[in-house]
Amino acid sequence: MKLYEFEAKEIVRDYGIPVPYGMLARNIDEAIEAAKKIGVPVVLKSQVLVGRRGLAGGIRIVETLEDVAREAENLFNTRIRGEEVKYLLIEKKIDFERELYLSLTIDRTARKYVFLASPLGGVEIEELVKQHPDKLLKLYIDPATGYSPYMSRTTAKFLELPKEMWKYLHNIMDSMYKLMRELDAELVEFNPLAVTNKGLIALDAKIRIDDNSLYRHPELQDKALRELSPREQVAKKYGFSYVELDGNIGIICNGAGLTMATMDLVAYYGGKPANFLDIGGGATRERVKEAAKLILTHERVKVVLINIFGGITRCDEVARGVIEAVEETGAHKPIVVRMLGTNEEEGRRILEEYGYKVFSEADEAVKKAVELARR
Amino acid sequence: MGILVDRNTRVLVQGITGREGSFHTKLMLEYGTKIVAGVTPGKGSQEVHGIPVYDTVREAVEHAGPIDASVVFVPSRFARDAVLEAIDNGIKVVVVITEGISVHDEVIMVNHAKHNGTIMIGPNTPGVLTAGEAKLGIMPAHVFKKGYIGIISRSGTLTYEIARELGKKNYGVSTVVGMGGDPIIGMNYIELYDYFVRDPKTKALAIIGEIGGDAEERFAKYYVETGREKPVVAYIAGRTAPPGKRMGHAGAIISMGLGDYKSKREALEKAGIPVADKPSDVPRLLSEIL
Repeated sequence: MKLYEFEAKEIVRDYGIPVPYGMLARNIDEAIEAAKKIGVPVVLKSQVLVGRRGLAGGIRIVETLEDVAREAENLFNTRIRGEEVKYLLIEKKIDFERELYLSLTIDRTARKYVFLASPLGGVEIEELVKQHPDKLLKLYIDPATGYSPYMSRTTAKFLELPKEMWKYLHNIMDSMYKLMRELDAELVEFNPLAVTNKGLIALDAKIRIDDNSLYRHPELQDKALRELSPREQVAKKYGFSYVELDGNIGIICNGAGLTMATMDLVAYYGGKPANFLDIGGGATRERVKEAAKLILTHERVKVVLINIFGGITRCDEVARGVIEAVEETGAHKPIVVRMLGTNEEEGRRILEEYGYKVFSEADEAVKKAVELARR
Repeated sequence: MGILVDRNTRVLVQGITGREGSFHTKLMLEYGTKIVAGVTPGKGSQEVHGIPVYDTVREAVEHAGPIDASVVFVPSRFARDAVLEAIDNGIKVVVVITEGISVHDEVIMVNHAKHNGTIMIGPNTPGVLTAGEAKLGIMPAHVFKKGYIGIISRSGTLTYEIARELGKKNYGVSTVVGMGGDPIIGMNYIELYDYFVRDPKTKALAIIGEIGGDAEERFAKYYVETGREKPVVAYIAGRTAPPGKRMGHAGAIISMGLGDYKSKREALEKAGIPVADKPSDVPRLLSEIL
């Protein structure tokens, strides 16, 4: 789950990491008010959850108060990679000498925490990894021992920071690790972290919280829903996973791997999947019904393809859920089913009674769905 | 034979009184798994399918020991505690079925296992099955024929699908290991491959990967460096997955420019590992290299 920059900066400030003085504005009047209080020059920053905001024109430096209204209006009216701008963060413009990159995340290969640091601030981490691996320092942290101050000295040397800055970097990295653990973050990123004549200051801050840890942070739970589309919210509510794609064959499967494999099979036979939908292990009739309703009522879906390999999931539960969804929505879309495994005969019987053909082989079912979608 | 577990492995079930734990204890017993004890805190001195239940792992080891392996069905919030308890009581193989565990808890569990020489499989895994001998987890037994193909997979149902395809062409399996679908897991392809290389019953391997991370790429490199000891074929799911979106599994996300289908397929093929376009092609690829 992502936090907005202004939320991340509030947290970061509470942990004693310097950030620019700033205020949040929900409309143009508030933006003007904030700029007056802070004093020009200011930076207006669109608050969105999508990345690469700067490149998409979401950040403006404003030198005079007269320009604030125009630039703020402009930003409120610009969608950033499709995302509406509801807030602007108005910040004091900071003069700096250098921009650095500093983040703390979890390395899936080393299975440890890792600090990533680079003298190339402002560059996206993806690019650092690919284009400038020699300019990227990785320092691993074992969770059993945690952060130790030598890490900040090693980082400071790599970043060529003068000795009087070492203690600032130590404070920042120590706080980052505390924050990471206490908030169950999966990413804490400052890009850039600026070097000024006074010290170090995080000009941008990004925090992502681990979704599986949210139960430990009830205050954040509502926020987890806001980055989801309405369909993804339904999925979350009923406990299945859904990702929107752009084709016309609606897909319902059990298990993430099988769902992806089914999408790929649809593409292999010349069709286009409309979505990823994994009903999860041991789905009940109710959950299947909600999942099927979501796909059946999707305007772009021409054909529904169901591929179930029942282990912990029971085919008859799936069949009943699908039939109930068809009855509740009154949808007349063709449904192609492939079903195998636990309670397969009963599932097959239910679906055939309603006139649906049930396949045993995934390839056959997918070919059929692709053919129907072409009609 | 096979790897990690066999008919003599003495197994503990943690979370044995829960819905999943109790249901799958029955199925594991039916498969022939030697389950000797169960643990659920506060539910000690009951029996589940004839298996004695203890409050703590320490008691289980004392009364029903020795215990070689544990399979964990404990709900995600309590899974870290259960896994640490198993490790600290000297259990050397811990299979964590639980899905949805905090990534921080996973980091702690995995490192604790490593420091103590424990083999941890998962979390978010269908488990481990050695054909005809033992199964620790939730795999549907009927799709796995006994044979000489080792399977290492990041997925559950897709593993069953491919095992069924193998069975249709009379390829059976030695041991099937679900590595788990989370970004932080106890054992990866490289570590498990080493076990399979040493197993005389395994003649070839099928690896079932998916987008996200670079475990497949790393394995490809390792496979070449160690001299391609046994033939391997692969299937990778997620060719059509868009970047930046989590595809069900917490680990199935293309991010930081890592983890897309193309890079995995290229790395594997360059290493001499044929990659199937679709699950039903896996047996054909095997027949070509065997």
